[in-house]
Amino acid sequence: MNNNHNRSFFFNVDSFTILLFLLLMAIGWFNIYAAVFTDETVSIFDMNTNFGKQLIFIIVAIITGTAILLMDAKFFSTFSPIFYAITILLLIVVLVIGRNVGGNQAWIPIGSFRLQPSEFAKWSSCLLLAKYLSSGNFKLSDLKTQVVCAAILGLPMFLIMLQPDTGSAMVFGSLILVLYREGLSPYYLISGVLMIILFITTLLFGKLMVSLALIALTGLLIYHYQKNRKLLTTFIAGFALSIIFMFSVDFVYNHVLKSHQKGRIDILLGISTDLRGAGYNVNQSKIAIGSGGLLGKGYLQGTQTKFNFVPEQSTDFIFCTVGEEWGFAGSFTVILIYLVLLLRIVVLAERQRSSFNRIYGYSVACILFCHFFINIAMTIGLMPVIGIPLPFLSYGGSSLISFTILLFILLKLDANRMGINS
Amino acid sequence: MNSFFTRRYIIQGLFIVTALVLLARLFYIQVIDDRYKLSADNNVLRKLIIYPARGIILDRNEKVLVQNEPVYDLMIIPKQVKPFDTVEFCRLIDITKKEFDKKYKKANNYSPYRASLFEKQLSAKTYAAFQEKQFQFPGFYVLARSVRYYPDSTAAQFLGYIGEVNDKEIEKYAGFYTQGDYIGKSGIEKSYEDLLRGQRGVRNIMVDVHNREQGSFFEGKYDTLAVAGDKLISSLDKELQLYGEQLMNNKIGSVVAIEPATGEILAFVSSPKYDPNLMVGRQRGNNYMKLLKDPFKPMFIRPTQAEYPPGSIFKVVNALVAQQMGAITAQTTFHCPGGYRYGSRGFMGCTHVHGTIALEKSIEGSCNTYYGYTYQRMIDKTGLKPFKAYTRWREAVMKFGIGAELGIDLPAERDGLIPTADYFTKRWGSNKWGSGFNISLSIGQGELGITPLQMANVMAIVANRGFYYKPHLIKAIGDKKIIKEEYTIKNSAGIDAKYFEPVIEGMSRVVNAPGGTGYFSKIVDIEICGKTGTVQNPHGADHSVFVAFAPRQNPKIAIAVVVENAGFGSTWSAPIASLMIEKYLRDSITRPKYYTERIIKANLLPGQKRVLRPGIKKDSTTSKPVASNAIPASTQISSKKDEQ
Repeated sequence: MNNNHNRSFFFNVDSFTILLFLLLMAIGWFNIYAAVFTDETVSIFDMNTNFGKQLIFIIVAIITGTAILLMDAKFFSTFSPIFYAITILLLIVVLVIGRNVGGNQAWIPIGSFRLQPSEFAKWSSCLLLAKYLSSGNFKLSDLKTQVVCAAILGLPMFLIMLQPDTGSAMVFGSLILVLYREGLSPYYLISGVLMIILFITTLLFGKLMVSLALIALTGLLIYHYQKNRKLLTTFIAGFALSIIFMFSVDFVYNHVLKSHQKGRIDILLGISTDLRGAGYNVNQSKIAIGSGGLLGKGYLQGTQTKFNFVPEQSTDFIFCTVGEEWGFAGSFTVILIYLVLLLRIVVLAERQRSSFNRIYGYSVACILFCHFFINIAMTIGLMPVIGIPLPFLSYGGSSLISFTILLFILLKLDANRMGINS
Repeated sequence: MNSFFTRRYIIQGLFIVTALVLLARLFYIQVIDDRYKLSADNNVLRKLIIYPARGIILDRNEKVLVQNEPVYDLMIIPKQVKPFDTVEFCRLIDITKKEFDKKYKKANNYSPYRASLFEKQLSAKTYAAFQEKQFQFPGFYVLARSVRYYPDSTAAQFLGYIGEVNDKEIEKYAGFYTQGDYIGKSGIEKSYEDLLRGQRGVRNIMVDVHNREQGSFFEGKYDTLAVAGDKLISSLDKELQLYGEQLMNNKIGSVVAIEPATGEILAFVSSPKYDPNLMVGRQRGNNYMKLLKDPFKPMFIRPTQAEYPPGSIFKVVNALVAQQMGAITAQTTFHCPGGYRYGSRGFMGCTHVHGTIALEKSIEGSCNTYYGYTYQRMIDKTGLKPFKAYTRWREAVMKFGIGAELGIDLPAERDGLIPTADYFTKRWGSNKWGSGFNISLSIGQGELGITPLQMANVMAIVANRGFYYKPHLIKAIGDKKIIKEEYTIKNSAGIDAKYFEPVIEGMSRVVNAPGGTGYFSKIVDIEICGKTGTVQNPHGADHSVFVAFAPRQNPKIAIAVVVENAGFGSTWSAPIASLMIEKYLRDSITRPKYYTERIIKANLLPGQKRVLRPGIKKDSTTSKPVASNAIPASTQISSKKDEQ
């Protein structure tokens, strides 16, 4: 027998990450239990089985993770185009035969469970992106490479937008960080941030005010750098683009966004306060979290979540239960665990020898980060309400299992980073 | 590794900064900002008020005057209603299908999740029938409440009534009451409100997003129990009260009986009476309006609010005050030629030519002349200026509890009236006036206003030979039977006991001597001492007045009876008082049936034809209008002006 074969399959697997993974799932399960605890009157069927179902999902997730660790590491990079093709197919199928739940045609019913292809599109897209960027000598400064990358991510995004599930689609946008790490010009990120600022200020202060501010700013810059001709053109071009963007903001806001999305943005920006309508969720969510205090009301003692004041409390708003029952201490702990996990994933990614592994590792970090940030920021009123789950904590089989797959592929790649078995 | 390795720090930095932003925000809303904690409590906490049972009121023998009776409100939570037999349901609570649909819709519109009132105040009988089948009607339940119930429909003006608080009362009690609460509005219910209402309890419950109850807050740690209101034992004798109300049937007026030894009020009849049960329940509003519009004003509390010139009964007071002042003695005689002439100003007629008479006889014969002279001595012949002497006289009279409220435990008692010296000075333009200017005060006419309660209290003073206890309606409070201290204090009328005998002897003869004005009301073996009075009434027929106490030795009851527009005191008031006295002292009536029937059946309401039975001696005490009285007839203070 070869020495290699005596090694356990779990040799080299990063046990610290697995520990964090298990910890998050356990926190999730306890809080889902708390969220549905003692509510005996409404929809008894759902309520009594939510945490029970989640327990099954957790077991399935652990089995799935183990199975991935047992697989050949090469498998993922080799078959990534096929995974990608399958998920694209499913994304098309779901538009045709999918079940519409809560306004999104995102689920394919299989028996008593429902499959959510957009969740699986995340890791398959990441795999293909990594595969593409690591095969051959592409440079992200090349426009062609940029276009291909945009296409790989754009296709599932587009299909998901059709459901329409804006939140999940947005997650793909976070992969721009991966491209940045691989050499994409930081101007993309900077202009992205500027666009967001422009978008918000236009909505808050109106076109006229923002135009005046832009003129003043450009004038100031031109005056200051008047000797540098190259910069001057950049400023003027930037100014022109900003003005165009500003008018498109108006158009997007009024004609592309749906009224509920507009409502959520208005609430966030404080343009309107509709505590019974669009602002209800966020207000109640803030009340639940805010009433937790420093140490919380105690496990199962939360009144806001228990008595259904917070909607979607075991899925998108699970963080409310954490905040209410465990207080700032609990929130702090959960955020800390996420932060450690994210930083750990970056460490894992950076220690990879193959660029495929590294790119994939960063993709995992970005997707988890995006979910983590948007979800928690939404519950405390820092982001508009965007319905995406909190990884490993929120109730839901598809999301839990796809996050598990996402993470465990990285763990498998990491375990094999020396290429021993390849 | 590639050339962009350092960018990892940018990305890691982004992660860390993001986490810090989230933590900062969380720290702010969770630890620093208290707003959300309050909102959370508002979301889930509901304070339920638990209403205590209102205190009951008993009579002096601890028989119930008012108690609480359970009624049942049928409640509905539309969301919990399952299909059921509506026909059966409607039959059980006796409504039509159409009404049912209307009520159901109303409840559902209000809230499908919250309980709302479906049918108000089911009787115990309906409830019993419904309860048996209640299991068939999920979503419906019954809430027990209590309403006031008066088993004998008696003493309405004394007990008063309760009603929903108005804005003024809410303000006055600074947050104790909220809209929809009940509060005593009149009578004992009002004056003892803070004892009767008890202590409200609070139950803190938590509700969910649909306002459905989800259990108690902190296992009831902050809950308080309701404490029932105090039981009140009144001084009233229910049997006597009922008898008095019966005697006063179809008459306007008052009967007030006081136990002289304690000041406890034994009967408090204000006629016409009304059924206090009218002020309870679904028809309360309509009934209230009807009572308000009744021309005979049943809601007017005549014993404490109607003021009358006392008429001849006031001679008792003057006789006592004059003796105490030294103006006369029991042996002082005056000659009555059939009237009293005062200077060149005028002449006050008397009913008879009494000749030369002394004090006893003056009471027995109700001699106006005697009191004309007596009054003149008190005012004009004291060595003081007359207006100063008047003030002294007035103060002496007020010691009898006249001219100022006695402080009975009922709201809105009236003072009565006895004018000040200043009043007359102002009226005559200078203080150079004398007894001739208000001589009618000598015989209780003119500018005098005395409530029936004050009249009865004067009798209690005479019965006690000089003192009285504050008349009161509640003799003991709560299970410990606490007596208010103010009711144990002896109040002196300022008259020495020895001056009472000649007056009492005269009063005894009024009833017991053949020829006395109250002889018709004599009771064998019970020595009643009384005084009749007939009060001039410029608005109509004279009022009939009689005051008395009995027995002469060790008196048990002092009484005042006023029957408005009934004519002579001897005709109606005296027999009523006499029957009341016998009822109270003997508990049975020895006089023939026709005697009582005559009283009970008499209808003396204004607008009725006067029936005077022949054979009854004409009242000789009537103080006829002063023939050439220079003083204009004073304004009669009659009940009609004093209505609320």
